Amino acid sequence: MSALNHKLLRDLWRIKGQAGAIALVVAVGVMLLVMMAGMLSSLVETRAAYYERYRLADVFAPVTRAPLSMLDRIAEIPGVAAVEGRVQGGALIDMAGQALPVRASAVSLPAHRVPKLNAIYLSEGRMLSPTRTEEVIVLQSFADAHGLRLGDELTATMYGARRSFRIVGFAMAPEYLFTTAPGEFVPDSARFAVLWMNEEALAAAYDVEGAFNEALIALERGARVEPVMAAVDALLDRYGSLGSYERADHMSDRFISEEIEGLRATAVVVPPIFMAVAAFLLYIVITRLVQSEREQIGLIKAFGYTDWEVSWHYFKMVLVIAILGALLGSVLGIWAGRYMALVYQKFYHFPFLVFRVDASSLMMGVSVSVLAASAGSLVVLSRVFRLTPAVAMRPPAPMDFSRSGAINERLKNWLDQPSRMVLRRIFRNPGRIFGSVIGIAVGMGLSSAQMSVLSGFDETLDLTFGVIDRSDVSVSFFEPMPAKTAFDLAHLPGVIEVEPTRGVSAVLRNGLHTYRGAVTGLVDQAQLNRAVNKDMSDIVLPENGVVLAKPLADILQIAPGDTLVVEVLEGKRPVLEVPVASIAETLLGSPAFMRMDSLNRDMAEWGRVSAAYLRVDSDQLPALYAALKEMPSVAGVTRREDARAAIETLMDSGAGSMRYVMVAIAAIITFGIVYNAARIAFGEQSRDLASLRVIGFTRGETAFVLLGELAIVVLLAIPLGVLIGYYLFFLIAAGFSTDIYQIPTTFRPEAYGMAGAAVIAASVLSGWLVKRDIDKVDLVATLKTRE
Amino acid sequence: MAKDISNIFSVHGLTKVYGEGEAAVHALRGVDLDIPKGEIVVLLGPSGSGKSTLLNIIGGLDRATDGEALFEEQSLSTMSDRDLTRYRRDHVGFVFQFYNLMPSLTARENVELVTEIADDPMDVDEALRLVGLGERMDHFPAQMSGGEQQRVAIARAIAKNPTVLFCDEPTGALDSKTGRAVLHVLNDVNAKLGATVMIVTHAAATAAMAHRVIHFADGAIRSVETNETRLSPDEIEW
Repeated sequence: MSALNHKLLRDLWRIKGQAGAIALVVAVGVMLLVMMAGMLSSLVETRAAYYERYRLADVFAPVTRAPLSMLDRIAEIPGVAAVEGRVQGGALIDMAGQALPVRASAVSLPAHRVPKLNAIYLSEGRMLSPTRTEEVIVLQSFADAHGLRLGDELTATMYGARRSFRIVGFAMAPEYLFTTAPGEFVPDSARFAVLWMNEEALAAAYDVEGAFNEALIALERGARVEPVMAAVDALLDRYGSLGSYERADHMSDRFISEEIEGLRATAVVVPPIFMAVAAFLLYIVITRLVQSEREQIGLIKAFGYTDWEVSWHYFKMVLVIAILGALLGSVLGIWAGRYMALVYQKFYHFPFLVFRVDASSLMMGVSVSVLAASAGSLVVLSRVFRLTPAVAMRPPAPMDFSRSGAINERLKNWLDQPSRMVLRRIFRNPGRIFGSVIGIAVGMGLSSAQMSVLSGFDETLDLTFGVIDRSDVSVSFFEPMPAKTAFDLAHLPGVIEVEPTRGVSAVLRNGLHTYRGAVTGLVDQAQLNRAVNKDMSDIVLPENGVVLAKPLADILQIAPGDTLVVEVLEGKRPVLEVPVASIAETLLGSPAFMRMDSLNRDMAEWGRVSAAYLRVDSDQLPALYAALKEMPSVAGVTRREDARAAIETLMDSGAGSMRYVMVAIAAIITFGIVYNAARIAFGEQSRDLASLRVIGFTRGETAFVLLGELAIVVLLAIPLGVLIGYYLFFLIAAGFSTDIYQIPTTFRPEAYGMAGAAVIAASVLSGWLVKRDIDKVDLVATLKTRE
Repeated sequence: MAKDISNIFSVHGLTKVYGEGEAAVHALRGVDLDIPKGEIVVLLGPSGSGKSTLLNIIGGLDRATDGEALFEEQSLSTMSDRDLTRYRRDHVGFVFQFYNLMPSLTARENVELVTEIADDPMDVDEALRLVGLGERMDHFPAQMSGGEQQRVAIARAIAKNPTVLFCDEPTGALDSKTGRAVLHVLNDVNAKLGATVMIVTHAAATAAMAHRVIHFADGAIRSVETNETRLSPDEIEW
């Protein structure tokens, strides 16, 4: 090994603390990059492969009842590659030992062939035998949640009739990556099931023999989806078309698309911040190193080493730090990615999800860190280049503070000398201080913004139960029932209060802008399920007209006073024209609220209800459930406690631990910056500090001169971090908010507090590490040597 | 026998060993010495003879391995770090070869650094005038010559009205003219303030201005002389 390389290794060892801190910042950046980029491509590719292998339809066309012959007509539409008809319907499963029936979707499979579209992945057991009508295949996640086994019996109510089934297989399917019970937002494997059954049996159960109630359509490569959807809707119109929709509007695909987009946005924003911080740190550290080694540089050059060789020597140090950091980051990224993949696979019910270590993201991680590191240090190395041996070996002049004089006069009267030393250093090196402040503030801002988003989710879900839905139990009906049915519920055991509601699924239209959603009809001054805006005050529903949620109004490009066209997708399917009364900021979903009576009036269906919210005496719940099970009109019963428990489980698993990751981000960036700044300040000032000790300053007073600068940096960074976090939070919240859920943008002191605490803790740790060195300073040795 | 209170320092069997075993270096080998108050004392000797080590120990910067060093009858050897800091703060002024000024403070502020923490400091302007720097008190070290910087360092050292002033090679980095000026200042400090001044130096000629000259060799005192007649710094050969 050459002498210079020996020097390199020893120098690295000497600054191991600083090098380690920088490598850590690089590592976190690369880890996030590798993990997120890898996760992103794994998710995108797995989804694509899954969809393709199991032939997920491009267009879904639900219809009331269309004859099978229509399938051939659809196949003739230009651009259609394949068509499959199937029967789908709601069902209630009566689980043994459970008081409440579980909602399910029953889906048909063709008897004598594999389905052309929307095939299933059989994870256990066998396919249905064509002749047996009592066989079912059950969604794997539901089976897992309830510990079901092959051969178990299952009782389900379909279309009012109770039937028994035998489980022959468990399956997953690309259209059920994300399963929520209708009307809910949080996936709960235990409370929503999918049953695959023989077509004939299901058609008989839902009274659609010789017909289908959902057409699945695959498009030819390159075909446009809109004309096909228009043609399908036209063909199916007289059979009760509920309006076709494309795959991207399918709930399951929408949720996973949002996840992918979120991941993509984070992967673009977060890792570069770490790289920029690492570049800045390398810049200041190498600057200091070159400064303190100028004599050595001069000497090496005097020996006859070329400028290139000397610069390369220092550049190698940068490379070693960057590459070590990048390698550590890659390993951590792969490890974290594998773990993430497991979480995703479970959450999204993929039959397979292999975390694919994206070779390009590894390459990118390493090269980006090397580039960032080089950018930071090339400026410094050009200085090495210019240094002539003669100049280098002359001692440097004392740092000139005369130009910081502008503030001198003002400082004079009210600051003691140590404070002046601190302030003059700051004003002499404003760039470095500015860089440190910005770096810490961005780290803290990022961290607090992400934590705000997370607690925004929490709050949304929390408010859903505390403020919006204050019922104990909700009951939905298969079809709109006379108001009397709802009030009959009041006579069931334990029911204290009943509040009916009317939901109508519809396509909302304003000119060319459409949205597939629903209109919710609420009673005047609803108490159990309220319409509230994001300030938690009641939305006043006018006697006429509809109140739209903000994201919905944005999608439809509609304003108060305009007329909203409501194409109802049930019953006689009327087309209503309703004036928009106001726009409200809501938290969950994109509701369109109306008064129930005016909705029913517009629908010309007086006194109809589709669901009811109940307040009940919890002691009598079993009796109530038993009674509800006997009511044929009841499609589903949800206990609020169950929904809440599902949410809490969800938060405890993935989302909760993200909080600690975010705190760690702020802490690591701060530690990297403060520790390095402190070490450098210590290196530059060690002689001054020793002089102070000699003059008779105590350790504490001496530490103040060194750490005062850092305290000011941190104190400047924290409010700036709050500010950055606040605006970043708005950006992220806007990015994350969709028509499915909105992040409430209320100021969350606890998020800023936690991020600020992480910053302070990291600063104190770095300060303490450096203070230990001050205490160890050999006064005599330091004073005897020239800098 | 009663101790002689007129001695500012009394040193008995002072030993300092750096390192251990075979690598051990004996910087001081059992030094005994009394230094009366109010004198100028010059310590002479080749590098590594122990003179600086002695200065560092009685200056409260370093600790002896063995033996005892008394400052006005208080043992420095038994003082805690905190007490040593207090001792330096209240009684000791230091002047070093490389000045050790705070680059971020002006001449005046460098002096104020000390007057702010001292019990009974002199006026800052007075201190700077004593070293002949009344004019340039608002300049930063980077704007000053070596001799000027050294004079600021002396002003800083005397501004607290120290009992004793330690100077380690105070003229080592200076030319003869500025060196003389610095020695003048030290002479004045001794004469006007009554501070004991202890100067470690290679420059044997400096000895001519001292009351007492101590010769060091190999970690021990070779000889102690007292000058009957002292020369003024102007008369010293450089």
